[in-house]
Amino acid sequence: MASIPFACRYRLIDFALSNMVNSGITNIDVIAHYNYHSLMDHIGNGKNWDLARRTGGIKILPPYITAYANVTNNLYNTRLEALKSVIHSISHITEDLVILSDCDVICNLDVAELIKYHTDANADITIVVKNIDSGEGSPDRNVVVRSDSNNNITDFIPYPIDLHGKNDVNLNIWVVKRDLLISMINDAIAHGYVSLTRDLFSRHIGHLKMQVYHYTGYSSVITSFNDYYNISMSLLDDPSIRRSLFEIPDRPVFTKVRNSPPTKYLGEPPISNSLIADGCVIEGTVDNSILFRGVRVSKGAVIKNSILFQDTFVGNDAFINCVVTDKNVVIHENRVLSGHQSMPIYIEKGRII
Amino acid sequence: MLKKKECVAMLLAGGQGSRLYTLTEKTAKPAVPFGGKYRIIDFPLSNCINSGIDTVGVLTQYQPLVLNEYIGNGEPWDLDRVYGGVRVLPPYQGHKGAAWYKGTANAIYQNINFIERYDPDYVLVLSGDHIYKMDYNAMLEYHKSKNADCTIAVIDVPLEQASRFGIMNTNPDGSIYEFEEKPAEPKSTNASMGIYIFNKKTLFDYLIADEADPDSSNDFGKNIIPSMLKAGERMFAYSFTGYWKDVGTIQSLWEANMDLLGEKPVFNLHDKDWRIFFRNNPLPPHFVGKSAYISNSIITEGCEIYGTVKNSVLFHSVKIAPNATVKDSILLPGVVIESGASVEYSIIDDTTVVSSGVRIGAPRESGADITVIGSELRINTGHHIPVGAMINETSLAENV
Repeated sequence: MASIPFACRYRLIDFALSNMVNSGITNIDVIAHYNYHSLMDHIGNGKNWDLARRTGGIKILPPYITAYANVTNNLYNTRLEALKSVIHSISHITEDLVILSDCDVICNLDVAELIKYHTDANADITIVVKNIDSGEGSPDRNVVVRSDSNNNITDFIPYPIDLHGKNDVNLNIWVVKRDLLISMINDAIAHGYVSLTRDLFSRHIGHLKMQVYHYTGYSSVITSFNDYYNISMSLLDDPSIRRSLFEIPDRPVFTKVRNSPPTKYLGEPPISNSLIADGCVIEGTVDNSILFRGVRVSKGAVIKNSILFQDTFVGNDAFINCVVTDKNVVIHENRVLSGHQSMPIYIEKGRII
Repeated sequence: MLKKKECVAMLLAGGQGSRLYTLTEKTAKPAVPFGGKYRIIDFPLSNCINSGIDTVGVLTQYQPLVLNEYIGNGEPWDLDRVYGGVRVLPPYQGHKGAAWYKGTANAIYQNINFIERYDPDYVLVLSGDHIYKMDYNAMLEYHKSKNADCTIAVIDVPLEQASRFGIMNTNPDGSIYEFEEKPAEPKSTNASMGIYIFNKKTLFDYLIADEADPDSSNDFGKNIIPSMLKAGERMFAYSFTGYWKDVGTIQSLWEANMDLLGEKPVFNLHDKDWRIFFRNNPLPPHFVGKSAYISNSIITEGCEIYGTVKNSVLFHSVKIAPNATVKDSILLPGVVIESGASVEYSIIDDTTVVSSGVRIGAPRESGADITVIGSELRINTGHHIPVGAMINETSLAENV
């Protein structure tokens, strides 16, 4: 999920990384899972996030595979198992606090304020929650967090399917004291715990000072292809989403630089309600669409309600509606492709049509 | 690691660029923005790294702050090398005293010790005033094949313009027999591009002799080249045939920006074989609203377009409100054109706001001059902005 392209030039992990960097955090470990080549390629040495540093900086922790791994052939499955697998790195952290974040939460969160809130309350654990309607997102993946009027956590309800109305949902961004984190993970290893919420958080209600931090800005989590399409399109429909992600002063979203030239419009192409990255050459119609870097829209072509990834080529007089093209897709002249808002078409990387 | 460098480039970036007026009030000319994402200095720096030259001294003097910050450690151009890379070289104080760079030759003379650190065989001298893509390595091969002491890049200019340039008169083998600075009656059309390759030792001999001459103005064109010719050194002209544009005036800067537009542009930036590198800003993609109309233009990150943009170059974070019109213009980063305002045939410097209803400039077809508005200003309906004027903070205050 971390390296899924989003909003013309970003990848999902850019949001989590930028949130941390913009708050002055300069020591970041990324716990990788399967297929992390594109993630490594994207992050490189971290210079685009100002994380190429002699002290701290960014490190990718690939899955730890022993000589016996082929016997079971499974990596970690849960967040807690992921943490257990990198206990060695965690135990070398010298800072007092650790921020843990999923890599695919799209939000522009002031982590510095979160840390201040955590330390001011002298809390052991602070979990970021957002008050959303149960219908939003994927209810079967959400963990609802109940808290009292002092924001102290009273209960966790994982994956509720019958809760209605507004609830505080765990955004999977949390702050914890380093020593506590290490002892919690060691405890989990000793007892064979696998679930962060069920086996650790829930057990500590009442014993530790666990509190919620209410995030009120924009956030979303992509859990399916349709989600991806709809959340992307919401960037076009609602300017306030763009503002709360990209236009907060001193909190820019950093990403890997590609050195594209500016985008060039040839002739008088009708362009409407679209987000367009640099490096494109546009001669045809673009309506209600998202164009990544280096896209070419030839003369007479019509792009509607679509998302075109990096270096997609659309030939003369082609017509595209509700389509998501992956990198380097070529759509030759006069081709007609149309999905529907409820079922957009996905065209895989490098496909020639 | 190879410590010796075959060729070190020295980039003269100290010029004021006074003919760009308000655009160079606060920055040196090589730091003037160009083409939506670039600054002028990106072109010689990118040419260097694309030509395999990874050691570049940048000689700065006038308003160096922006330029220094922009170059930084050279990372955007891959010039953050452990040995070599880009170095900014301002004038400095030595044990015999301190001096500003007196001229182009003196600037190099004062940095002989920098060049010597890399023990190069050749020194490439560049200026930060031009927009072009050039393989300096091809020129170096030519220099070596001619066994020359000095090779000067030349470009064929129209005869009627030749008297504005330094003209190299050559023999059929390419050797230079005469150099004429801005001749009234030019004998040829080989204009010097201000790009020189010298054998290091020859160059140093002439720089040292030139420094000892109290009457010299310590300039390559006026002193070094003529005295080398006089002494009969082997000097050759290297003909360059690509796009090359001096952007030292408002008119030529405007023209060079416009040369980027169109399907087959005079100068192509969408060139994967010769990329021009630049320092990036972390900005979101540009947004084009429902009411926008865009024709033949360049638009870059962070822009929001709700109005009309024709034949224009927009730098990052420019905002064009609904019913605003921009035509034949160059808008630098962060310029805001409010609703109902119109801008024609103008250059507007960074973060200036043009308020609702204000009209700036006149149609290009009317034969008017380019209107230039300085940076960080707010132009209101109460301001009188004459067509073709150069407006900065002081003149704006007088123009109410």
